[in-house]
Parts: sequence; C-alpha cells; structure tokens
Amino acid sequence: MSTGIRKPARKIDLRRYPGFVHLAVFCMIILYAPLLIVAVYSFNASTSITLWGGFSLQWYEEVFFGLESAKFKDAAWNSFTIAISAAVVSTCFATSAALGMLRAGEFRGRPVSFALINLPLMVPEIVTAVATLIFFNWINFERGIGTILVAHIVFCIPFAYLPIAARLEGISGIYEQAALDLYATRWEAFRLVLLPLMAPGVLSGFLLAFIISLDDFIITNFVKGAGVETLPTAIFGAVKQGIKPNIMAISTLLLVLSFIFVTLSWLIGRMGTDSGRAAD
Amino acid sequence: MNAETGNPSAAAAVEVREVEKVFGPPTTGARALAGVSLNILDNEFFTLLGPSGCGKTTLLRIIAGFETVTSGRVFLFGDEIEDLPPNKRPVNTVFQQYALFPHMSVAENVAFGLHRLRHPKAEVAKRVDEALDLVQLGEFAARRPSQLSGGQQQRVALARALAPRPKVLLLDEPLSALDLKLRQAMRVELKSLQEETGITFIFVTHDQEEALTMSDRIAVMSRGEVQQIGTAHDIYDRPRNRFVADFIGETNLLDVTVENVDDGSVACRLQDGGLLQATPSGEAAAGTAGHVSIRPEQLVLVPPQEPALMQGVVDRLIYLGTDNQHLVQLADGSEIRVRTQAAQQAEKDFAPGDKVGIRVNPGTARLLVD
Ligand SMILES: Nc1ncnc2c1ncn2[C@@H]1O[C@H](COP(=O)(O)OP(=O)(O)OP(=O)(O)O)[C@@H](O)[C@H]1O
Ligand SMILES: [Mg+2]
Repeated sequence: MSTGIRKPARKIDLRRYPGFVHLAVFCMIILYAPLLIVAVYSFNASTSITLWGGFSLQWYEEVFFGLESAKFKDAAWNSFTIAISAAVVSTCFATSAALGMLRAGEFRGRPVSFALINLPLMVPEIVTAVATLIFFNWINFERGIGTILVAHIVFCIPFAYLPIAARLEGISGIYEQAALDLYATRWEAFRLVLLPLMAPGVLSGFLLAFIISLDDFIITNFVKGAGVETLPTAIFGAVKQGIKPNIMAISTLLLVLSFIFVTLSWLIGRMGTDSGRAAD
Repeated sequence: MNAETGNPSAAAAVEVREVEKVFGPPTTGARALAGVSLNILDNEFFTLLGPSGCGKTTLLRIIAGFETVTSGRVFLFGDEIEDLPPNKRPVNTVFQQYALFPHMSVAENVAFGLHRLRHPKAEVAKRVDEALDLVQLGEFAARRPSQLSGGQQQRVALARALAPRPKVLLLDEPLSALDLKLRQAMRVELKSLQEETGITFIFVTHDQEEALTMSDRIAVMSRGEVQQIGTAHDIYDRPRNRFVADFIGETNLLDVTVENVDDGSVACRLQDGGLLQATPSGEAAAGTAGHVSIRPEQLVLVPPQEPALMQGVVDRLIYLGTDNQHLVQLADGSEIRVRTQAAQQAEKDFAPGDKVGIRVNPGTARLLVD
C-alpha cells in the first residue's frame, strides 16, 4: 500500500557542464566563507576582528556574563517567547488553512485563497514592514511586544503552511473516510486519524515558523516599541557602535540554533512519508 | 431498461430505488448511475458485477454515505437513510485499498470502531480477539499494518469492518490486490464468514468467476444501469440480454432471424440456413432479427458426414488444462468456440484443418431479445 518516494531519474550529469565546478565552488565560498569566518573569530583571544590571537572562550563568557549580558539576555528572552508564541499560533492558522484548502473540496475562492496564503512570501519584506507599521499607527495600537508578536504571527503563516500542506497533500482522503465509516465523528476522524498522520508536517511547519520569527529583523525593527529589543535588533544596535567579537559569539550561537532547527524540520518533514501515503 | 427489483414483500436489508447519480453539473456532468433499483435481502451475499466504470463503487459509496444521490432513494431495513452521515449508518466498508490506519497496531485498528461506539474496555478487548481469530490473525495483534503481507492486511480490513457487527458489510473489490491462489482461498473464507456471521454482504467485483462462486444473487451492471439480477445459474444459463450473455462466461453469439414462435421455444434461422430451437429471453416476434447465445461447452463436434447444425473447419486447438477449446471457422468466416473436457478428448480428437460438424445440446440455446 505504500508507494514510497519516487526519486526522479537523473538524466544528465550536471558536472559535465563547462564551468560547473568553478561556479559551484564560487557560490559555496560566497555563501559560507563569511559564516565560517564569524564562527572562527568568535573563538579569537584578541579583541581584533581581523587578527587571530589564539583560541579563547572569552567572548562567549562576555555574552553570558559581561557588561552587556543583561541587555542580550532580555533580548533573547523576548526573541524566544515571541518565536514560540508566533510559531504556535501561526501553525494553528496554517493547519486550518491547509485543511480548508485541501480537504474542504472545491470552492469558489480556492485559487484566490491559495494566492493570498502564499503571496506574503513574494512581497518584499520592507513593504510588509512599512505597511504593518502604518496599519498599527492607523488603529492606534501601542508599539511593543504585542505588535511584534502580531506581526510575526502573520508573516510566519505562509512559512508554516508550506510543509503542512505538502504533507497533507500526500495523505489520501480514504483514511478519514474509513474513520467516518467506523463511527468516528468528523472531529474524531481529524484528531485520531488525520492529525497523527500529518503531525510530521505540522511539526516541521512549527519549527520553520519558529526560526523565521527568531531571526526576523526588518519587520521587527519597524514595529517594535522604543526600548523593546529582540536578539536581531539588539545585535544590530550593538554593531552600530562597532563590531566587537562578542557579536560574533552571539551570531555563532544563533547560527548553530538555526542549523539545528532547520535540520530537525527537514528530518521530521521526511519522517514517515512512506506510511502516510496511500496508493490511489 | 427496467431492472427487476427482486421480491418486494421480503424484508430488504438495503433497498435502492430509482437512484441516479451525476457527477458535476446536472446536464453536462458524468452520469455514473442512470436509475438503479435493487432489493438486497437480509443475510444475503449480494454481488455487484460489471466492467470498469459501470458505477459499482459509486453505488457502494452512496450506500455507505460518502456520496449523495442526484435523485432516487435509499432505504436500510425500511428506513430512509438519505440524511444519515456515514458515521451514523450501521454499515461498514472494506475499502479496496484497505485504508488501514498506518499509525495504529492491528488490534488498535480493529478496536477503532468499537471505541467510537463507546463499548466498555473489556468488551472491546474481547471483540477484537474474536474478530482477529475469525480471520486467523490473532498472533499479529501488536504489529503495524506495514509489517503485514497484502493478504494479511486485507484480512485486518475485514476484521476491522466486522468487529462492530454492522448490519450490512460493503466490500469494494477486496480481493483484487491478491494473487490467484490467495484470492481463491479468500473466496471460500469470505463466503463462510458471511454464513457464520449472518451479516448482509454487498460485494463489488468485475471478476465474474468471483461473483459466480460466492454470491447468493448477482446484479450485473453496465453503464450505470442494472442489466440483470439473479442467482449465478439465472445469469449464466438464462442471460436477459446480449451484454449479460457476453460479459458472464464465454459464449458464442449467432445472428439469426426468428422463424416461428411456439410458447417457450422459438425456431431460429441461422445465416447459413440451419434451423435452431432456442428459449427466448423475452417476447419474441416472428420475422425479427436477433442473437442466439450458446455456451462453448454446450456444443459438440462430430465428423463431417454425421448430421449436424453447422459445418466448419477447425482453425485452432487450445489446451486449457481441464478443457480443450476448438476454434472452428464457419463458411461465412465467423468463428465458433467449442469446449470439450480434456479427459474425454482422446477418441474424438479433431486437429486444425479437419472438417467438422457442430451440434447443439438440446435446450441450451438462448435467443436474446433486446
Ligand atoms: N468523484 C467523481 N467525479 C467525477 N466522476 C466520477 C467520480 N467518481 C466516479 N466518477 C465516474 O463515474 C463512473 C462510475 O465510476 P465508479 O467508480 O463507480 O466505477 P466502478 O464500476 O467502480 O469502476 P471500477 O471497476 O474501475 O472501480 C465512471 O465513469 C467515473 O469516471
Ligand atoms: Mg470501483
């Protein structure tokens, strides 16, 4: 009954294209060299950001216990509470949206709804940021944690939607019908059968939303109130006064965290793709 | 075409009355059912048989409640069920793709319906054991469906649908994914299961052999219409029209003109002049054209000098294990299939190229009036 994942047969070997190797190496360097440098220099014993003075953990120590540590801890606390709340709420919205789009049958506004859900991914973030700011001003909403949270929930929805919808699309409707046939109510069919089957997608969507919220800068910077900082805005603020190696340490920590979450999201999204699919 | 509706005075487990189903817009949409009427009796093993796309699944889904009717009515033990959602109908389905819940064990799958009906825990455990024993899967209770073979999954699906003791069990081509040996074994199992439990089975298949071996009654469907309802014998020996004769088993269809009608028997003139007595499937009028159906096993080959209805030349001989099939070419170029039992073959063996006479066993020709 399981069809597994079909791997597309590779017809052409990309490596044979002229210049492919050079281009690939070039892209890799541009993408990852800066990250690597930041990570390496976060362990630098000297205060210089260009000269290597030996290995040390002093900048990590400074991040956690130094002069600015209180500021960063506050920002980190804000970031995490906002990211978790935004991810939870946007995942709920995204799940409902996916159910509506894929399980409610054909309805008139479906293509439009699909566009509306995914459009935010294509709108330049600065436009969303300005628009959100104007909107909050217009309804006289006091800026602060609340405005950040609302904005994050909204722009996280399409990110959470993608893995959830992808997962749901692969689950045949026959399971819910079997549940209904066995006397389950619609809610029971959802809770006991469909939700467990789509759980990997939901979790994957949650992690993606979490990480997107955690490292958002532009929108946050626009809608945050005075004195309220998240990690990215706090880092930006600190960098304005000159780049110190402790910024590199924080960045490295965030990088590791992002990496873990994205990997988790990917692994979970893949998990059990076999068992959830039914041959039709 | 009007369908027979069985015996209306007996208590019908399921009555389908003039049901029509159109997918999409009423005028331009696809017409899956074009006025189907059926009476399925309590404790009956009833089969819907027909070629792919004739509307069998659609009819089953209407009875289960997954599809609404465009017009017509459906009754379950005398009550109209149009407004009942699937989870309120005392009807369970064995899906063609089994649809076992992949995240639950075999026992949890079987217990699912019982839990939804709020049976006490001890009762659920007892009934799950019973259901799994019934399909001989007791030792697999803790496994996941993905750890079972196709045949075992099929039996879990059966146990899961039987455990809540529905009044009617719907089976949509449940054997089609199994190999031949397993399919034959399951036919016997299904039939005895139906007799043991006394549950009304509505079984869908496009395999006529399956239908003939298991069913109490069969409804032959084609293009959204019921062509004939009857026992295996009715349908095989007394097909009502050309479609049924052709679809069920193998048959020879001969073009004839009705010569003379005498109650219960009709004299038919064959193309090459021979005269044949046939039983008509309906009202036959002298002078009209029609088809006569004769099963290959009701024909006998004789040496060309003996009296026979038709003359021909053996074209090919096909060995089928228990039977031999002769393809005999007639003067007008058409082919006739004649089947003889291989065991009796030895003395009257005809080889390709031999001239032969063909006789018809008396009373086995059927004139199809349609
Ligand atoms: N959801 C649907 N939308 C549109 N047309 C449909 C739908 N379901 C079935 N049909 C059409 O209705 C007709 C009957 O389909 P149905 O599935 O009942 O056939 P079937 O007898 O079960 O065939 P098979 O033996 O191939 O399963 C077919 O022509 C099919 O294309
Ligand atoms: Mg079907």
